[in-house]
This record gives sequence, structure tokens and C-alpha cells, in this order.
Amino acid sequence: MSEANTTAKRGSVVGVSPAEWRGLGQHPILMKGNEAIAEAAIQAGCKAFFGYPITPQNEVPEYMSAHMERRAQETGGAQGGVFVQAESEVAAINMCYGAAATGARVMTSSSSPGMALKQEGISYMSGADLPVFMVNVSRCGPGLGGILPAQGDYFMATRGGGNGDYRTPVYAPAYIQEAADLTFHAFDVAEKYRTPVMMLIDGMLGQMMEPVEIKPRPPIAADKSWCTDGDTSNRKPRVINSLSLLGDVLEQQNIERFQKYAQIERECVLVENTVQEGDEIAIVAYGVPARIAQNAIEELAAKGIRAGLVRPITLWPFPYDTFQQLPASVKNILVIELSMGQMVEDVKLGVNGTRPVHFHGRSGGMVFEPAEIADKVREIISTSSKGDL
Amino acid sequence: MAAKIIYEKSRGLTDASFHYCPGCSHGTIHKLVAESLVELDILERTISIAPVGCAVLAYNYFNCDGIQAAHGRAPAVATGVKRVQPDKIVFAYQGDGDLASIGTAEIIHAAHRGENITVIFVNNAIYGMTGGQMAPTTLINQKTTTSPYGRFEETTGKPLLVSEMMATIPGATYIERVSVHDHAHILRAKRAIKKAFEYQVAGKGFAMIEILAACPIGWGLSPVDSMAFIKDAMVPYYPLGLYCDRAAQGGAQ
Amino acid sequence: MAILTFNEATCKGCKLCIDACPKDILDLELSRVNAKGYNPVKCNASAACTACGICARVCPDSVIKVERGV
Repeated sequence: MSEANTTAKRGSVVGVSPAEWRGLGQHPILMKGNEAIAEAAIQAGCKAFFGYPITPQNEVPEYMSAHMERRAQETGGAQGGVFVQAESEVAAINMCYGAAATGARVMTSSSSPGMALKQEGISYMSGADLPVFMVNVSRCGPGLGGILPAQGDYFMATRGGGNGDYRTPVYAPAYIQEAADLTFHAFDVAEKYRTPVMMLIDGMLGQMMEPVEIKPRPPIAADKSWCTDGDTSNRKPRVINSLSLLGDVLEQQNIERFQKYAQIERECVLVENTVQEGDEIAIVAYGVPARIAQNAIEELAAKGIRAGLVRPITLWPFPYDTFQQLPASVKNILVIELSMGQMVEDVKLGVNGTRPVHFHGRSGGMVFEPAEIADKVREIISTSSKGDL
Repeated sequence: MAAKIIYEKSRGLTDASFHYCPGCSHGTIHKLVAESLVELDILERTISIAPVGCAVLAYNYFNCDGIQAAHGRAPAVATGVKRVQPDKIVFAYQGDGDLASIGTAEIIHAAHRGENITVIFVNNAIYGMTGGQMAPTTLINQKTTTSPYGRFEETTGKPLLVSEMMATIPGATYIERVSVHDHAHILRAKRAIKKAFEYQVAGKGFAMIEILAACPIGWGLSPVDSMAFIKDAMVPYYPLGLYCDRAAQGGAQ
Repeated sequence: MAILTFNEATCKGCKLCIDACPKDILDLELSRVNAKGYNPVKCNASAACTACGICARVCPDSVIKVERGV
């Protein structure tokens, strides 16, 4: 695998590159992706987890049920805390809303249909500027769909998802080590910017096992002077809400929230970019499909075809600038997704008509093989297919 | 000459003037909650959860920290608060559209888990804020803006008896139905509300007080006639009294 | 003797106190309206007031403060 040439550092709160995320530590153990995220969350200071069963994310609440309260007992409260299995995803996210309002680090996880149900609470938490870390181990859809891997939740994740004007930062790791490391990062981002933050993976990353080392680091201290922890013995009462009946007041709140989003767009973009001068084509993919694309790139290299990978790690904010910085040798862009085409729209915005953008997607839980992607690359190059501008 | 104060506005309420309509029972019930918090000396460690409905702005009135919840989700929000702040006093304030319609899952399961919270359930048999639509608690033949010819049992069922239902839940500690239609009943309502908070202070578990209340504007009645409607129409269908007190019987099952 | 103090600005003229008063000495002041646009409540015969507090307790808007001279 070629060394990461990344533009991530400019946006990195934690100051580590994707290459470091992928790198294993001294004492890796074998963990499922879902379990690694859960353990990382506990070590990141998660004080309360509220969830509801849905496949393929069940290992997250199962792990939390086994460890949150026990860890709190073992560590005297330094780690761990509350686990509640809610009556629904709607209740779970609203429990997060309440716990987050008191200033606690809170988390929930679900899978696509459950994340759709959570949108009510995500919108409320965005409107009330509350932090929460949410994991979507997504399924294929629409509707009940199936539990196989898919990336059809890209729009729901990156466009707000619920009612009203809001966005949520979305992290899309491709490796279990990266998922664990990004979990620490995501909690910090949620608190620093007072916003819900999502990790979007699929059942492949959630269910498979890889060596991983949970590398704890202290939380970045965040201002909590806004929280309604109930202790008004020495201060005036505070309110957490998203209601604003006066148009001018609400508009100003939305303007300020979007100033915060602009700051996130400046500071939080993460992307892995292996495209080098001389590459003919850039393949764009996120999550596990990026690893499949990497295999295809190696297959193509063996045949003398040079391709590079652009792997957005944050889906919002999206690394639009990366596509303006590609070397002149890149004549075509190929976007691959486990969907009928969603991220491709962001890629087109980033490419902005400078190169043809091609798309190859699978859905329903079907996953491409490296050869399928390599064939698509050869087809693009040989036919000089125009693609979409 | 020294004067003894018989009654004055509770310091559990802020100086803000209620936005409620003339004769609306929300004001009376707010007073009873605020007085209870002050008398139990817990106001400075209480967090209120406001619903969606006429009481959506309750956080402007209770002189403690406040969180405004999504429609029907106040018990879930209260659960989240109480679990991470177990030493604080947490109450959800909900209307009948909020609690008995869109929020049935949340209220049932908060009780089912035995959350150590207090729920103030205001039953005025109508959706007040949205303009007087039919609620699950609307009486048979009662006219509302979505039952303009009266509520028909054939198509809309019978009014939901929430306290009776909640009392069947093994995790619920204390369920009582009271009314605020006259002075004597207001005093009884106060005792029930205060007892519910005392139970929370003592860690005895889930308590819900259902309060029969007036919505004069929604009902199209004067405030005085509205109190007569509670007495003559609501109380016969919604019997007042204690529905369960599992703390007195040795704790929730 | 009883002292009744009305926070007239918050009165909405709902008449619940008037209906509840056992001495029947409360009424609306029909000659003026408060800033909310309501005729506020007034006491017609304060000498007859026993400071029972019923009017204050049934008032949804905490308009009335009741004191008893000692």
C-alpha cells in the first residue's frame, strides 16, 4: 500500500495523520470493529450509552452493557458509567439529549432504519447545540432492506438527515484501528463544537476482526458553562432548548450555527490522498470500499496502469479542495460506492467540471471485487468515456 | 404591625408572567409544583423537562434548570438526565397529547424501568396549543376542532384511562389522579405532587400524578364553567384517587 | 385584619377567585384594563376579608398576595 500523501493535517484537531491511525501500536489485540469502537468510547470518557438492538450494530450495545457499569465500579468512576437499553431508537437519542444537556459525554449507536428514527433527536440536539457521538453501522435499504454492507445512508448522514438547517460531522473509517482512533477524536469534536457527530461504517467493518490497539488519550477540555446540570445554588437557572418563536432570533441562531459549521469545514476535513503526479485516474471511495479500490489500484499498477486513491475520511465536511489539487496527469475520476450514487454528487462539486467523473456502484449488499473496479478503470481509459462533468 | 403571609407567589417560579390563557389550569399546576420544590428544599437541585404543547415554555417559569423535550419524549429525556445526575431531582411536565398519544412508549417504559423521576401529567382532554384538536383523552361526544360533531366511540374509541393503565406497570411506584377544579381539590393535588417529589428524594422510583385540568379556550367555556365541566363531566369518567403506591406496599415489583 | 395585594399586571380576569371567594367580596374592576387588556380583579370590602387565602390558591397566575395582620 502506498504511503499516505494526506491533506489531513491542516484539519486535524488531534494532529495525527491517517497513516498513523492505520498503524498498529505495540500491543494489538484482535477485535471486531463494533467492539473496538465501544471500547474506545469507554476509554474516551463516554459516561452514558443509550441504544436499541438492530443488526449489524448489536455488538456495540452488547459490549457497553457488559462493560460500562462494571468499568465504573472497577475504576471508581474514572471510566464507564451508564448503560440503558431504550424502548426504541427514538427514546435512545432523546435519552442522549437529556444526558448531554447535563454536560456528560454520551453515545448511541444504531443501523440505518434506526438512524432514520433518531433523526428527530439529532435535529433537536443540533438545534440545542448538544454534543453526542453516534455510530451508524449501516445496512442496505431502503425500508427494512437487509443487513449486508451498503453506503446508502450518505445523504442522510451528510445533509443533516432530520428537519431544519443543520449538518453533523461524519467520520467514515476504513480500518478498525482508524475507527478506534477516530472515536476519541469524534468525542472531542462533538464537545469542542457542541454538535452531534456521526461515525458511518457498515457491517463489514463492524463485524470483521482486525488487530487493533486502543490508544487512550485525555479528552480535550471543553467549555461546559452552558449545561443544565441542575445545580442552581450558585448561579442562575439555564435552559436547553431548540424552540425559537421569533423569526429574527431564530435566523440569527441559524446564522451563528452556520458560522460554527464554516469553522468545522475549515478545521476538521480529513482525507487520505495517494494520488501522485503521473497517475492517470483517481479512484474516490470511502470506508471498506476504499480498501477494495486500493487492491484494484495495485492490480492495475502491476499491469502498468497508474491510479491513485482519494479517500474522504470526513464525509461532512467533505474534502472538496482535494479535487482542485489533483495533478494534471489525472484525466478521469472514478467514484465507487456501495449505493446507486450519493457521494458522487459531492465529488462533482469538488471536481467542478475540470475532469470527467465516472461512477460505479453496487447496492443491495452486493460488494465489488477488485477486478471489477480494475475492469471499470480499463474501460474508462480505453474508451476515453466522457463520464459526467 | 407585623403581618403573617397566608399566600404569596412561590419563589419556585420566576418573575415571568404566564403566557397561558385566562383560567388555564397550567398556571395552577405550575404553582403547586413550584411550591413543592421550595417546601422540600430541592429547587436548587431540580431539572425540569418541558413538553411540546402549551407548557413548552415551562422552562421560562420554573426557577430551576430546564430542558425542552421533543413531543412525547420528556420521560426519555428525563431518563437521560437522571441516569447521569442521580442526585438531582428530575421531573417531566407533560400534557395529554404529549404523554397519552405520541409519547405512550416513552411514558410506559420510563415507568417499566422504574426510573426515579416525577411525571406531572396534565389531562385537559384536548390539544390546547395546536388549536383544540381531539386528544386520546377527549370525552365521548365532546366537540373539538377535529371532532367537530363530537367524539364518536365507533371510530375513535373511548378516552384513554392513563392512570389506570400506568398502575398496572410493575415498575411504577406511585400513580394518583387528582383535579384542580376547586380549592379543596387543589389542596389534594398539592399533597399528591409533593408526595411524588418526596418519593423521588427518597429514591422510591417512578411517580406520575395525573391532574384533571381545564382548557377554557379549547373547550369554548368560561373559566368558571370549565371548572364545572371538570367536576361534572371529567371526574365521573376519570375517577380521582390513588391508583398505586407500591412504596407503601414495600416497593415497586 | 387582612391585607390583599393584587399584582394587577398579571391578572387575566378569569374570575376563578371571584367564584371561589367564600365572602363574595371580589369583583372585576370594569372601569379600566391592565396592560394585557383585561379588567383586573379588585376587592369590594376588604374589611370583610378573613385572609383565608382561597382566592390566591385558585388563581392560576399568582396575582394575589394574602397577609393576615397579627
